[in-house]
Amino acid sequence: MIQSRRQFLSLAAAGTVGAALPHGARHARADTVKTSANIVIIGAGAAGTALTNRLSRRLDGATITLIDPRKDHLYQPGLSLVAAGLKRPDYVVSKTADWLPSGVELIQEAASEIDPDAKTVKTSGGTSVRYDYLIVASGLVLDHDAIEGFSLNMVGKDGIGALYAGPDYAGRTWEAASKFTDEGGVGLFTRPATEMKCAGAPLKHTFLIDDIAKRKGNGGKIEITYANNSKALFGVPIVAEKVRMLFGDRGITPVLSHVLKRIEPGRKIATFATPEGDRELGYDYIHVIPPQRAPDVVRQSGLSWADKWTDQGWVEVDKETMRHRRYPEVFAVGDVAGVPKGKTAASVKWQVPVVEDHLVATIAGKDGTARYNGYTSCPMITRVGRAMLIEFDYNNDLVPSFPGVVAPLEELWISWLMKELALKPTYNAMLRGEA
Amino acid sequence: MKELTLATLIAVFEEMFGGWLFWLLVAVAAIVTAAYLFVLIRDRSLSMKKFLLAQISMPFGAVAAVLLVLRVTDSQLTDLGGPIDVILFLGIAAVGAIGTSILVYSVESFLWPPKTRGLDGDNQAVTEEPLGSKPV
Repeated sequence: MIQSRRQFLSLAAAGTVGAALPHGARHARADTVKTSANIVIIGAGAAGTALTNRLSRRLDGATITLIDPRKDHLYQPGLSLVAAGLKRPDYVVSKTADWLPSGVELIQEAASEIDPDAKTVKTSGGTSVRYDYLIVASGLVLDHDAIEGFSLNMVGKDGIGALYAGPDYAGRTWEAASKFTDEGGVGLFTRPATEMKCAGAPLKHTFLIDDIAKRKGNGGKIEITYANNSKALFGVPIVAEKVRMLFGDRGITPVLSHVLKRIEPGRKIATFATPEGDRELGYDYIHVIPPQRAPDVVRQSGLSWADKWTDQGWVEVDKETMRHRRYPEVFAVGDVAGVPKGKTAASVKWQVPVVEDHLVATIAGKDGTARYNGYTSCPMITRVGRAMLIEFDYNNDLVPSFPGVVAPLEELWISWLMKELALKPTYNAMLRGEA
Repeated sequence: MKELTLATLIAVFEEMFGGWLFWLLVAVAAIVTAAYLFVLIRDRSLSMKKFLLAQISMPFGAVAAVLLVLRVTDSQLTDLGGPIDVILFLGIAAVGAIGTSILVYSVESFLWPPKTRGLDGDNQAVTEEPLGSKPV
């Protein structure tokens, strides 16, 4: 795993240098397995698409059915850049169908019901698909309704941003944030109390908007507060300390154990639940990130954890194999998987080969050997032009790919270049099952 | 992908530049390199006059490479934050400088091939006006 991690980030490092390469063998893969298995994959996001491509190469004769109503595929790691005016919204948008191999059936409908006992998935169009193996890669849903007074049509107006909601909303977020960086005032940056995708993104947005305001010469006109849901600014203690120090350096005020529950756009007041009771904070710009949960179709399927994340419904999988703990023919991968960390594209990159290994091994009558150690990576942008390449695992251990070379807790230009230049190509190669 | 990565690297570069542009760049790099080797073998010597111009072009290539990277990445020089950044910066400049010098030398050699004696059946090329060849 360490070796492959190094190789992954070597791609990014090599990409920043732009070296030309000689020819090499393409698609050097493990052996294929003949099978007539029906494999259903719910979700054509990063995880579902990458797995579809990999399985279609590994399995000869399998019927692979992908269920997803979305015509557009979103490169979600780019949303932070869109919301800071560094990329246009179309930077993150591509067509779902363009990433899929031939021979795979794409049902462009939503999955409406999963019956893990009958091994069937029903779609919104009434189709019932039987499976031998099911991969739940549905992603998660943003529960905007959980924030009282908030609705998505507010984004971009009256100082309200919400970059997670998609490329258009990220673009509108920049409209509101840009106005804030011009005019100054109080900036309020939030994050939810639930598990969330890319827990670094709320911090990135905070750092970027602060930096952009200062570059415009308006540093003296802004006052930024970061409202954190818990007592630690980041899930990995050593990173939390670093963020605390950076906040001190930038003059960003953290308020801890503050969970956004209501906004009043007219008065520009946000209400937070805190251990001491509700607290109101005023704002001129607020970044809203709502609670995040598994889709209803998953939560109603009986596949969720019964004793963990009960308000969120993540799929009950073994954290090392991504295999369902009660239904061995079911796997979950990506945001919807009920593992302690790993709602990032980098996590998907490491989870997908693990699922591939175990699924193909099972079909071949063997045991899979790959293990997911919780690896994830966060290029934590701390200003335009610099980032910290933070990589960690289930143990909260830092697992730098280039120890002694690219320091994880240093703000570096090379880490920014990786984010700007190489991560999207690497992501795209991952979608195609080639990285 | 526990092993490899040449194929993976190629896949990433294809995504970065687009499939045809990547291979076009590879082809251009290969052609320029081949052209450089060709003129070296053809001329059997290095023209110091041409090399001088190639050397003069190096700083421009270095600056151009750095400016290109800064431009496409929304960065500026003050973003360099640690030793690895300086090493990378110098590496980018070096690649730009060396690439430019090879390109300039090759183009010069094709545009102004050396004069050959050619009359004695000896194919050996001689450099035209090598530095230091004129009497002072």
